[in-house]
Amino acid sequence: MDFLRPATWQDALAVKAERPDALPVQGGTDVMVEINFDRRRPAALLDLTGVRALADWDPADGRLRVGAGVPYARLITELGRSLPGLAQASRTVGSPQIRNRGTVGGNLGAASPAGDGHPPLLAGDAVVEAESAARGVRMIPVAEFFTGVKRTALAPDELIRAFWAAPASGPQYFSKIGTRNAMVIAVCSFAVALHPRERRVGTGLGSAAPTPRRAPAAEAFIAHELDWDGRGPLSEAAARRFGELVAEAASPIDDVRGTGDYRRRALSVMARRTLTWAWNDHRAGSTGSVGSLGREAS
Amino acid sequence: MRVNLTVNGSHQVVDDVWEGESLLFLLRERMGLPGSKNACEQGECGSCTVYLDGLPVCSCLVAAGQAEGRKVRTVEGLAEGQPGDERLDPVQEAFLEAGAVQCGFCTPGLIVQSHDLIERNPAPTDAEIREALAGNLCRCTGYEKIVDAVRLAAERKAAAS
Repeated sequence: MDFLRPATWQDALAVKAERPDALPVQGGTDVMVEINFDRRRPAALLDLTGVRALADWDPADGRLRVGAGVPYARLITELGRSLPGLAQASRTVGSPQIRNRGTVGGNLGAASPAGDGHPPLLAGDAVVEAESAARGVRMIPVAEFFTGVKRTALAPDELIRAFWAAPASGPQYFSKIGTRNAMVIAVCSFAVALHPRERRVGTGLGSAAPTPRRAPAAEAFIAHELDWDGRGPLSEAAARRFGELVAEAASPIDDVRGTGDYRRRALSVMARRTLTWAWNDHRAGSTGSVGSLGREAS
Repeated sequence: MRVNLTVNGSHQVVDDVWEGESLLFLLRERMGLPGSKNACEQGECGSCTVYLDGLPVCSCLVAAGQAEGRKVRTVEGLAEGQPGDERLDPVQEAFLEAGAVQCGFCTPGLIVQSHDLIERNPAPTDAEIREALAGNLCRCTGYEKIVDAVRLAAERKAAAS
């Protein structure tokens, strides 16, 4: 095995072009588990932690460009107000030690259907900035980024430079089912984001299909149903129907963490609850909770 | 490969490091620092917690090569003074006094993680203590005494400053 340590982004792209078999590693919280357990023996590890630019985030063109190496702990403390859905999801990742190391860039690269960062990125219309030495930058909407279980749209010579997301223009919530609050892979998870200016609702489902995915029918239904002008209450029937449509968008499997039926049921409940919280926040004129664990079940 | 790093304040050059090995392996097996414990090797248990550039991390999930040029502080580096004449850190003292040690395997990781908590938050609530220690498992399930120890350590540090 080779250990490749580029010091700059340009070097990293050159190395990846030369060694497309090199496995990129950031915090190591996924990659090192696979190596420790002999599940994977890449020809080379491409350590990106020496590329300092990846650990920066900046506002750009009214959006945020968040480097692939920004760890969850910093997403919570530095971006909790701008990206509350992602911050809530980040708080459910592993433990403090894991959040000090794990990154959204690594989460995207690993592309687990259960990755906690994915649902809020989907709900918030995030875009992945990928780059190769040969073809330059390519912007890939997160909804098109996942192509299968642990498979992505990245070409073998491409690396993830950053993700782009607009600061929240409305309330956002993330909810996750697990056996405890810490150290769990999601049984299933759900993110919702209100986009009041566009009168639109974004969704993201986790651990509910071969890839993280949106629930387009649920989004279309509820965008039409909500009283955007009068900020009137959300009817229970509409919230319930939204939950059903979210559950219908899933194609979950039975596995050790839960059955497909349980996941569908849990998704419908999480979708109904998170939408209700978000809409009530919107009615109250707030943009929702900032980086908290979310709300207790109601 | 060769890895240069600073461990507990002293510069180290370690040769013949396998490219896929963890920082934990490097510390325990190549440097003779067995304080950090090897249990789950997947970041679930926190027994291998060390400071890496001032942040607590699971050393089993850090590739040894990623520690190149970085500063590592292990549980062995918390006490002050020379070996044989050490003064334990208040967190270590508190674990002893509170009876927070049963089999002791999880203790080094818990001490490093608690040390970091109190550095950042000198007066943590019980909820904050539990949240901070959520990634450290004690299979003897001695959590009540552990929380007592962290509370005691925070009080001692506050009184001393």
